[in-house]
Amino acid sequence: MNTNQNIPKAKKELVVEILLRLADDRLIHGHRLSEWAGHGPELEEDLALANVALDMIGHAAALYKYAAEIEGKPDEDHYAYFRDDIDFKNVAMVELPKGDFAFTIARQFLFSAYSYFLYEKLIETVGDEQFNGMLQKHFKEIKYHFRHSREWVFRLGDGTEESHERIQHAFDEIWMYTGELFSLDDAERTAIDKNLFVDISELKEPWLALVKDTLEEATLTLPDDDQYMFSGSRQGKHTEHLGHLLAQMQFLRRSYPDAEWK
Amino acid sequence: MNTKQTISKSKIWSWLEEVIDPEIPVLNVVEMGIVRGVEFEGESLIVKITPTYSGCPAINAIEMEIHKKLKEKGIENFRVVTDYKESWTTDWMTDHAKKKLKDYGIAPPDKSLKSDDFLANLKGSQKIVPCPWCDSMDTELESEFGSTACKSQYYCNNCDQPFEHFKCI
Repeated sequence: MNTNQNIPKAKKELVVEILLRLADDRLIHGHRLSEWAGHGPELEEDLALANVALDMIGHAAALYKYAAEIEGKPDEDHYAYFRDDIDFKNVAMVELPKGDFAFTIARQFLFSAYSYFLYEKLIETVGDEQFNGMLQKHFKEIKYHFRHSREWVFRLGDGTEESHERIQHAFDEIWMYTGELFSLDDAERTAIDKNLFVDISELKEPWLALVKDTLEEATLTLPDDDQYMFSGSRQGKHTEHLGHLLAQMQFLRRSYPDAEWK
Repeated sequence: MNTKQTISKSKIWSWLEEVIDPEIPVLNVVEMGIVRGVEFEGESLIVKITPTYSGCPAINAIEMEIHKKLKEKGIENFRVVTDYKESWTTDWMTDHAKKKLKDYGIAPPDKSLKSDDFLANLKGSQKIVPCPWCDSMDTELESEFGSTACKSQYYCNNCDQPFEHFKCI
């Protein structure tokens, strides 16, 4: 609506940067989850994963829409379909292939726990009414996603020998991608000064405590946190997997940019 | 038609009550709390709506139905806008709406939990949802997610019926 007016250009760019970081994480993760539709291990889980995917894509759409209003772009599709991998600001963790069910659950659990602490702080910080309203809405749903994946961590970790091995392996594989969640860059530091973002490095401690607690209860071993950590995705340096994902997700819209659903 | 001078807001609210939620056909979009406001901006009518769940695929259908209804009533100068300022909560559902849900076989939501209890509540026991068919408390959660984002799946051990519960958010 009138979002465009009265915001200085530098601040606009910063707001959009933050909106896109949040949105890209959710779109890409949501897309990975949507790949389970029709392939879930049981009907209930098929529905659950599709529902979580819908929520996450819905979160991204709302955030993109707001960014589009601020930047004067036509709509949310501009960001989802007409940017290249280097322009995407999501963390690498969410673009990794969906793997087996254990991998999908481990990733969902770690990312939802991170989102829980991030949104809790963002809601206290962000003054913009529309943005804050979206965050509050998404926060309610993040709790469901967290609870759902946490229950499965218990079931798989404390389940059969095979399920235990698989989810332990998944956590071990993913761990090197968790560093990015909590490392601040210059854009985020500037945003913190303007009350548009929060110090994510402070979220590491409560996050790790919650993860450790859950893994212990699930008879799993917390991976070594003092290891090589992947970095650079927020600045567009992605793994090779994102390009393939985008090729699939964007193909139709780019080939037929004016197509309409009838 | 000159919208503002000929039609009252209450009339518009009553028309919107004729728009049915496509996923839960016993409720209309006003009782669901989806319509957040009806206002005039000059000659133009603004209808504010808010989605229940972020991923609710019904929101587009609801928007289309509202368009259809207002056009059918002869209104041409209007806009339907999505408002995120307040996030939708099941507390906005009227008691009457909750009763209709129960009669339809969906266990209605009760009061939503405060967010700050969340981490502590993880360890607590699960809340009990009474069966909408036989009112038994002997029910169990089958899945956090049901046929739509807003519902979870339960099973009643007393009357051996599966049922859906409208989640409290």
